[in-house]
Amino acid sequence: MAVAQATVRPRETPSARILGFISRTPVHLGLLIVAVIWLVPTVGLAVTSFRPRGDIQASSWWSSLTEWSFTLHNYREVLNTANMDSAFVNSIMITVPSTLLPLALAAAAAYAFSWISFPFRDTIFLLIVALMVVPVQMALVPLLIIFRDLGIANWFGGIWLAHTAFGLPLGIFLLRNFFITLPRDLIEAARVDGASNLRIFLKVVLPLSVPALASFGIFQFLWVWNDLLMAFIFIQNGDLLPMTVRINQMQTTYGGEWHLLSAGAFLLMIVPLAVFFALQRYFVQGLLAGSVK
Amino acid sequence: MSSTAVPGPVGRPRGRRLSAIFRRQGWQALLFIGPALLLLLVLIVYPTIRTVIYSFGNTNSRLEIVKWIGFDNYTRMFTRDKSFLNLEDFPPTGALVNNVKWMILYTSLSLLLGLLIAVLAARVRYEALMKSIVFVPMAIAATAVAIIWKFVYEPDPSLGSLNAFITSFGADPIAWYGRADTVNYALIFAYVWASTGFAMVVLSAALKGISEEVIEAARTDGASEWGIFRRIQLPLLSLPIAVVTVWLLVNVIKVFDLIYVMTGGGPGGSSEVIAVTMVDEFGNGEGGYAAAIAVVMMLLIIPIMAFNIRRFRSERVTG
Repeated sequence: MAVAQATVRPRETPSARILGFISRTPVHLGLLIVAVIWLVPTVGLAVTSFRPRGDIQASSWWSSLTEWSFTLHNYREVLNTANMDSAFVNSIMITVPSTLLPLALAAAAAYAFSWISFPFRDTIFLLIVALMVVPVQMALVPLLIIFRDLGIANWFGGIWLAHTAFGLPLGIFLLRNFFITLPRDLIEAARVDGASNLRIFLKVVLPLSVPALASFGIFQFLWVWNDLLMAFIFIQNGDLLPMTVRINQMQTTYGGEWHLLSAGAFLLMIVPLAVFFALQRYFVQGLLAGSVK
Repeated sequence: MSSTAVPGPVGRPRGRRLSAIFRRQGWQALLFIGPALLLLLVLIVYPTIRTVIYSFGNTNSRLEIVKWIGFDNYTRMFTRDKSFLNLEDFPPTGALVNNVKWMILYTSLSLLLGLLIAVLAARVRYEALMKSIVFVPMAIAATAVAIIWKFVYEPDPSLGSLNAFITSFGADPIAWYGRADTVNYALIFAYVWASTGFAMVVLSAALKGISEEVIEAARTDGASEWGIFRRIQLPLLSLPIAVVTVWLLVNVIKVFDLIYVMTGGGPGGSSEVIAVTMVDEFGNGEGGYAAAIAVVMMLLIIPIMAFNIRRFRSERVTG
């Protein structure tokens, strides 16, 4: 930024400008290498996912850029024969409740931690934040037993609950830190008008906290959508597996079938990429604030 | 309800008022935090305690404890389980050693690359584009990252980009994830690729927070670009660097998805890490041993996170 401003400084002579450009050549070169390293892997797989199976084995993906024979057949095949269509639906079925539930419960709890006074409030809050040290692995075995005893091991119920619980500490932490920054006068005024806590929460706090709710919501959504470990352990019914688990199975069964693997991986990436490009601002905010998870 | 009794975010209710306020509002607070608290107790706190208990026993296939064996799962892990820790090899091998390798290489590389890209990108007009390119992998699943990089590392130079690159200089193709001596570095670099965007975004935000005037003043005084970075920007970045380091370290202790999909811990267990070992042992019906591995994992995370939580109590940084 500083250098960018320096280039438009009026007293700069043309020779100084040329000198500036030359001196920045290493910067441009460095960034070019970075861009290549960060783009080539994804682009290579993306191109491959649109190439006919025979072509993938016959020639490299970069040579196809000049040949130009692409197809959607791999996507059709991975959706139909590898059951990726039902896996896509399962991913949605797992992710939506696993995002909305912690969002609602964390917001309610964060409201109490911000604007209702009760004994040991700050201690309880700190203990909840401290739960972030517990890795999912710590709960796998006992949770599996609980879900089995409750009879929800063969259904989405178990994974909804597990994702909700493990999303709550971060959610409560993020939302409480946002709620306490709301203007105190506003909440007091509502109280004076006789509004109940529920009403203040729903009508005052939530509408003012959309950015924070969006940040945590996106963060949790991507976390759950991209999760392999918990789905792998908690979903025992083969018909309910999400895309992450199915793709992992695919690459064991279809080893070098890159036309299927590449298309499957891109189907898995579509939703996060859409979320990323549509809501980049909230996403970055969530990551900045959520750097403790 | 009198407005003076309204509790604020920072001020604690004064002693004498506390009981009166609690009578009015305490039960309402329970309604708000109750559901979250219940889930946390039943699904995190109780299972954590159970896992600690499990770690002192042997379980059967129905995950019931059949025999108490004290600390034997732990001694087995550190002395008898060669796939977890093998000190007889030189240098030592095993999942724990691999995790240490990951902690050092992954953390320092992600941090250095993130810092480098943040600093370089700040000097060009296409900064936003550069940052998007590096940040996008943060959004995609580690499962997809594993497939992307497995393709890059493909041994056949007409498939794998990396082998195509090195063979164009006359080198022989390398089976990057199929060899014990390269597999960990191949995995670590793939994960660095996925995480650098995070380090870059946090550090870039912190760099932007440094006053332009300070930097301009230094420049007017004749400081070099390197001098400005070394003497002004870097010291002011120490706190965000600490935040990123903690996040990366915790992330790498838990690393599972990428390795599980790309190599499954192979070849011959050479890319095993703690989290993969835990799931494998669990799959073998070794519930007690898997629990002990999980406990060790948490014990590794606690000191790192404790540092982070203590910091959050005192101040709020970045963002």
